[in-house]
Amino acid sequence: MNTENLIITFERGVLVAQIMGDIDHHSAKFVRDKIDMAIFEKKPSLVLLDLSSVEFMDSSGLGLILGRFNTAKELGSELKILSPSRSVKKVLELAGIERLIKIEGGYLL
Amino acid sequence: MKCAENQMKLYLPSLSVNESVARSAVAVFVAQLNPTVEEISDIKCAVSEAVTNSIVHGYGYGHGEIYIGVKYFSDRTVKIEIKDKGCGIEDVKLAMTPLFTTDTSGERSGMGFAVMQTFMDSLEVHSKKGMGVRVLMEKKLK
Repeated sequence: MNTENLIITFERGVLVAQIMGDIDHHSAKFVRDKIDMAIFEKKPSLVLLDLSSVEFMDSSGLGLILGRFNTAKELGSELKILSPSRSVKKVLELAGIERLIKIEGGYLL
Repeated sequence: MKCAENQMKLYLPSLSVNESVARSAVAVFVAQLNPTVEEISDIKCAVSEAVTNSIVHGYGYGHGEIYIGVKYFSDRTVKIEIKDKGCGIEDVKLAMTPLFTTDTSGERSGMGFAVMQTFMDSLEVHSKKGMGVRVLMEKKLK
C-alpha cells in the first residue's frame, strides 16, 4: 500500500509502516487510518513504525504513535519505532515514549 | 525598550495544511540568523504546536484566523507571538499540564505546551474563556 507519505509492507507476520516527510496534525490524520486498517487486516505479530524518512515531527506524531500502539496492543501485537532522526528522537524522549515503546536504530542523544 | 532588527507578521486561515506553512515561514525568517540545525528544529516544533492548538482547540477545526509574529534582536533573541480569536482557555495552568488534553479522540498527546516550554527559552500563555489565546515564546540563539 502506497500513499504519498506512507509505504506499508507485510511479510512473515511483520507489518512495516514507513512514514515519510513531516508528521504533524495535518499529515497524521492521513496515515493513522491507513496504518490501523493494515493492522486490523493483517493482524501482525509485530508492527514497525519506520521513522527513518521523517524529517519533522511535533507532538501530533506522539499521538499518532500512541494511537497505533493502542491499536496494536488491542490485537496482541507488539509495536516498535525504527530509526528516528535526532530531532524526532528529541520529541519522543520528551514524552518518555521509550518507557512504553522500544526504539531501535536512529540517533543516540 | 530595544528595537527589533527585523520582523515578520503573518495571518493564516485556521486550516491544518497551514501548520507546515507557519513553521516553514518562521524557519525561513529565522534562517537569516544562521541558527544551528537543532535551534531551527526547536523553533519549528514550537510554532507547529502553537498553531495546531489554535486550529484544533481554539477554533475547534472551524474557520478562524491565526496571527504569527516573529521578531529578532541584535543579541540573537528571537521572539514569537502566536494569537487566535478562538474559544480561549478557562484554566491556563491546567491546560499547560503535560498530557492534559480536552480532545476525546485518543489521538492527541497533550504534550503541545510541554514541547513549547522545553524547546524555547521562555513561554507565556495569555487567555480567558471566549477571548482567544496569545502565546509568547522566546529563544536566544547561540
